Amino acid sequence: MHAAVKEPAVPRGSGLGALGRLSNNVTFLGLLFMLPAAALLLVFLTYPLGLGMWLGLTDTKIGRSGEFIGLENYQALWDDDVFWLSVRTTILYTSVASFFKFVLGLWLALLLNQNIAFKSFMRAILLLPWIVPTTLSAIAFWWIYDSQFSIISWALTKMGLIHGYIDFLGDGWNARWSVIAANVWRGIPFVAISLLAGLQTISPSLYEAATIDGASPWQNFRFITYPLLTPIIAIVMTFSVLFTFTDFQLIYVITRGGPVNYTHLMATLSFQRAIPGGNLAEGAAIAMAMVPFLIGAILISFFGLQRRAWQQGSKD
Amino acid sequence: MSQTVTSSPQAPTYSDGGMDYLVTRQRRFFTVFLPLAAFTFVLLFPFYWMTVTTFKPNEEMYDFSHHNPFWINSPTLANVKKLLFDTAYPQWLLNTMIVAVASTFIALFCSVLAAYAIERLRFKGSKWVGLAIYGAYLVPPSILFIPLATMIFKLELFDTRWALILSYPTFLIPFCTWLLMGYFRSIPYELEECALIDGATRLQILWKIVLPLAVPGLISAGIFAFTLSWNEFIYALTFISSSEVKTVPVGVITELVDGDVYHWGALMAGALFGSVPVAVLYSFFVEYYVSGMTGAVKE
Repeated sequence: MHAAVKEPAVPRGSGLGALGRLSNNVTFLGLLFMLPAAALLLVFLTYPLGLGMWLGLTDTKIGRSGEFIGLENYQALWDDDVFWLSVRTTILYTSVASFFKFVLGLWLALLLNQNIAFKSFMRAILLLPWIVPTTLSAIAFWWIYDSQFSIISWALTKMGLIHGYIDFLGDGWNARWSVIAANVWRGIPFVAISLLAGLQTISPSLYEAATIDGASPWQNFRFITYPLLTPIIAIVMTFSVLFTFTDFQLIYVITRGGPVNYTHLMATLSFQRAIPGGNLAEGAAIAMAMVPFLIGAILISFFGLQRRAWQQGSKD
Repeated sequence: MSQTVTSSPQAPTYSDGGMDYLVTRQRRFFTVFLPLAAFTFVLLFPFYWMTVTTFKPNEEMYDFSHHNPFWINSPTLANVKKLLFDTAYPQWLLNTMIVAVASTFIALFCSVLAAYAIERLRFKGSKWVGLAIYGAYLVPPSILFIPLATMIFKLELFDTRWALILSYPTFLIPFCTWLLMGYFRSIPYELEECALIDGATRLQILWKIVLPLAVPGLISAGIFAFTLSWNEFIYALTFISSSEVKTVPVGVITELVDGDVYHWGALMAGALFGSVPVAVLYSFFVEYYVSGMTGAVKE
């Protein structure tokens, strides 16, 4: 109550009681307002994060609480070929998919930034892959990649480009490229629309000036568009990398990690071992093993591009 | 983090023709329309294929040599009927709706208060709390689902809708708070000062001044939260096991595939009808959605 003692001389609204004064105390109110969000996040986010670290150090199975066994899970993973295969697949999946999402997304954004008819309609329609539940569009891809009734195989055969049906999901590398393609398909709209917003803030007078000075369209892009867009690119790609690295749904629906673990990402392997396999501790260890990669990916994509923004003279 | 990109919400946007007059029509066809058409085709084809398969009879679906697969010769509702009457699909739709609406409301309630506190009350340490919220957004569900599953089990929430209603806000709150902070920032501080001088309490200010002005923000946060919870998969897959409480994405994946027999027609119908509600909702509010998305990225 010392707050009340400290400021007795200030007649804040006559007749305000202790409660009234308290309700104008910014710190008290701030904490009160934060309470619901903080409670939910602490209980269902921070605590499980810690619990996950702990589970990774125990031998917990489904239906049996475990005991502390130190780093044994991680040692087992270190000698586990399937785990390392999933790490390599995850890195391949993330880097290739993010690269194509970036290039194609930027291209689409540049196209949509042109003066075209039905612009907002196009923008709305092209966002659909991002809006629709991934699981459900993944089912459509599963059907498109079917070994006997694939529409892609049929169309290519009709055009005379291939002679036998492609075994999209039965062959290891084919399956990898197939899920990467599906991921790129889903991710392009997000990148494109975010970058489009950035493009629309670039003043056309810059392009006019450059064109009068004889700049080619490529030079316009390279020396005006790209530098001014880097800060947004940095953020968008950080998110893209983060969500691609931890992807679960596409793989689970289309391949379930098969054929022979060829498309297992760390997230799907973690689920596989923990829930159907029952080995919660090992699953938690795999999930925790993602953390350093994630931090690394975030740092590279964020600060890598951030430094370029700084070099270009963008304000901090 | 957030201050590194400082595009103010008031930044002008330019969308007039610019220097298009310098480009010839033929050239524009090859550099703009053709690529754009290709993008549209690739991005929308899976949806077309989903719809076509839904209404195809089986003999057309599995026979490409006598029927052009791109078209339906004799459309049928058999797959839809099978989906609606032979599976628990309506129940899954209802569950998804309940879970998405409830978690959206919880998330919006928490986020409005939190965003207002961080952005406007500026209590001691509010900056750090804002950063922590941002950090919370970067924690992916694929890392959390195992420990959360053990918690849900201990709390005896396993296999109930509450498991989802309580766990979804963990990824909704950070996102909505972040988005709403941007909106609150754009509301002039003077309005609040006037109200403060007139003797309004902070709660009154939030309720009667800030919230009405932030309606677009609330709508986009609400749509985002709703779509995110409608689309959520890994938590629903882990925390739910009985058919009566499954959500659409989980139900379609786990129950429409029995053994090696894939009922493609029903699967596609399930995917189509699970996509339609979000697509419709989104089509009504697409401008809010796009501005919210780009605003959140820029902020």
